[in-house]
Amino acid sequence: MSLKLGGHKREQRISFLLVNGFLFLLVVLWSIPTFGLFVSSFRTKEDIQSSGWWLIFPHKEWVMTEEFKPEGLDPNSVMTIEGATGTFEEFREGIETPDGKRIRWVGNKRRGKIQVEEQKWTMKANFTLANYEEVLTGGEVKITRADGSEEVIKGENLTNAFLNSLAVAIPSTVIPILIAAFAAYGFAWMRFSGRKLFFVIVVALLVVPLQIALVPILRDYVRLGLNGTFLGVWLAHTGFGLALATYLLYNYISGLPRDILESAFIDGASHFTIFVRLILPLSVPALASFAIFQFLWVWNDYLVALIFIGEKQDVKVLTMRLADLVGSRGADWHLLTAGAFVSMVLPLIVFFSLQRYFVRGLLAGSVKG
Amino acid sequence: MTNKPPPIAEVAHPEESIGLVGRVLAFLLRVLIAVAIPALAMAVFILGFRFLRESDAPKFVIVLVSIVWGVGGVGLLYLAANTMVEALPDRWTALLQPYVFVGPAVAILVWYLLIPTFRTIYISLFDRSSENFVGLQNYIDIFTQRDLLITFRNNLMWIVFGATFAVIFGLLIAVLADRSKFERTAKALIFLPMAISFVGAGIIWNFIYEVKDISVPQIGLLNAIVVALGGEPRAWTATVQPWNNLFLIVIVIWLQTGFAMVLFSAALKGIPDDLLEAARVDGASEIQIFFRIMIPYIMGTIITVATTIVIFTLKIFDIVIVMTGGQFGTEVIATQFYRQYFTNRNFGLGSAFAVILVLAVLPVMAYNLRRLAEEEGF
Repeated sequence: MSLKLGGHKREQRISFLLVNGFLFLLVVLWSIPTFGLFVSSFRTKEDIQSSGWWLIFPHKEWVMTEEFKPEGLDPNSVMTIEGATGTFEEFREGIETPDGKRIRWVGNKRRGKIQVEEQKWTMKANFTLANYEEVLTGGEVKITRADGSEEVIKGENLTNAFLNSLAVAIPSTVIPILIAAFAAYGFAWMRFSGRKLFFVIVVALLVVPLQIALVPILRDYVRLGLNGTFLGVWLAHTGFGLALATYLLYNYISGLPRDILESAFIDGASHFTIFVRLILPLSVPALASFAIFQFLWVWNDYLVALIFIGEKQDVKVLTMRLADLVGSRGADWHLLTAGAFVSMVLPLIVFFSLQRYFVRGLLAGSVKG
Repeated sequence: MTNKPPPIAEVAHPEESIGLVGRVLAFLLRVLIAVAIPALAMAVFILGFRFLRESDAPKFVIVLVSIVWGVGGVGLLYLAANTMVEALPDRWTALLQPYVFVGPAVAILVWYLLIPTFRTIYISLFDRSSENFVGLQNYIDIFTQRDLLITFRNNLMWIVFGATFAVIFGLLIAVLADRSKFERTAKALIFLPMAISFVGAGIIWNFIYEVKDISVPQIGLLNAIVVALGGEPRAWTATVQPWNNLFLIVIVIWLQTGFAMVLFSAALKGIPDDLLEAARVDGASEIQIFFRIMIPYIMGTIITVATTIVIFTLKIFDIVIVMTGGQFGTEVIATQFYRQYFTNRNFGLGSAFAVILVLAVLPVMAYNLRRLAEEEGF
């Protein structure tokens, strides 16, 4: 009996290790991409280009310990240096000696030098904020490079884009929610002709891809002068997010207990009063869940901004500026990593501080059509 | 909950006893309010728009003003419309008030989605400059020209691989996390990519796929691993078509697994414990329990998640634009729509691609409407 119990315990421990080990592996796999970007955004321009970001961790690397001139050696024949024997070409590649050293000939045959290297623990951890300075500043910025030299560069001015993103995202979140909440209340607690037809429209449009609307709306905007204005982008995001918002808030608001509303009516309150004083406060959880979704969606949106803001440099949002950077400076990883992280800061804060609402919204069906 | 009567209605309600003069005054007051508030709303609206368009104030001032103006303006418009309607005789109020509540939402939906759908269909029946009617020629082109057909092959790859792997990984992680002590942390980290924009994700993965010449150290993680294992560095998103698409699809799997995981996790927690206990007592292995009990029990959720990811993947745009710009045979429907319409200025063909996107989601729309028809209250 006791033997069997012991076996059971061991089995449990193995399954515990298996479950957590495998989970750990997947979590690491999922986190590495973001982590690599985060680390790289703090590395110097030169480091990013010459070595992988994972070298910030302690690792063994060949480090030069000695350097001298090759005196009395004939590079055109087989040589023996510090216990290593080989031709010039072999020394150029580096020859390892039995005692763990590596001998290299650096430079050409006539004026080269001999370097003795040893494997040592090292890490490439020179962190800097220069990348962030460079992407955020509007005007010219003086950057001190790794070798101490100074360079004056015109900043990428992502601060401006960040502010634009805020100016687009906040109203684009609040406006559709307000409009949707009014409509949801109307559908749930008012009777009027056309109610069914209107709701069918809402449900039918839930999954319609917004691509279908871009061109006609753009034509309207050009006619109305709304192209490239914040108002135009807000309205577009409102239009594309409204069906889902109305549907979700309807589900929530129609589920509120009937007697609360009835007693308010008996007290003589109007629909407007009930909505503002009673329904909105009661719906805060649903409003918050959807708000997070809409905010993240708008903040991270690229297509809608691309179409309706277009080439107006001054109004461009973060995602547009980033995509531009990928196009124009695709190999400048010090800028791309810092820029990408600037665009991620706010969503990540929202995400971590309001995760509960986020999950609740997902479970309620906050997935855009 | 205290229910104070609305202040405006209070002022405006004529009392029975105040006589004719009083009633006239009350009526005038009602009219005044009914006019003044909408007028004020209009004025704020127009002034705000002017300020934003012409001002050269510092950026943060403009941003602040626009946020207050945009959010406050909409609230004010509702207040104005409601004030007008409530100033009318009660019968009219009851008749019109629902449209104040529901009207704006429906009007915006009709303007922004319903009518544009038909307008886009209409444009898709004309030639590249929207001048001559060509019937279904654009659609015929899409389904017969080889370079355009690649688009559909790619979208199919996105849907099949993207949805399948996101569902598999999501399910796997949900089951593992359910049995782990580190459930919260693990789930948060898997979930985190959902907060990242596609453009940001594109940069993250471009960095992983970065390729350098073999003579210098690789700075992209994938090529560094390949070189460490003795291979040659490669431009992953550019070579060996069509499999280079898979390197883009990985990104959507990375982003969507968190979504799948959250829904599966909730569904798994909904399985009654007695059911699992009974199976264990009967000697079922964990693997049997997974396939015979858990999967059938959460099948509905699996279908929902898969459908959602399919719809989502169908419209994929940003990732392709940022990673390859649609080169190297990675074009998808949404990027073709953009390219044909905005780059090639072929309005007919571009619109036809957008219509195809809508056709692809029609079954889901039909399903939603059928469920609505079954619902009570409508």
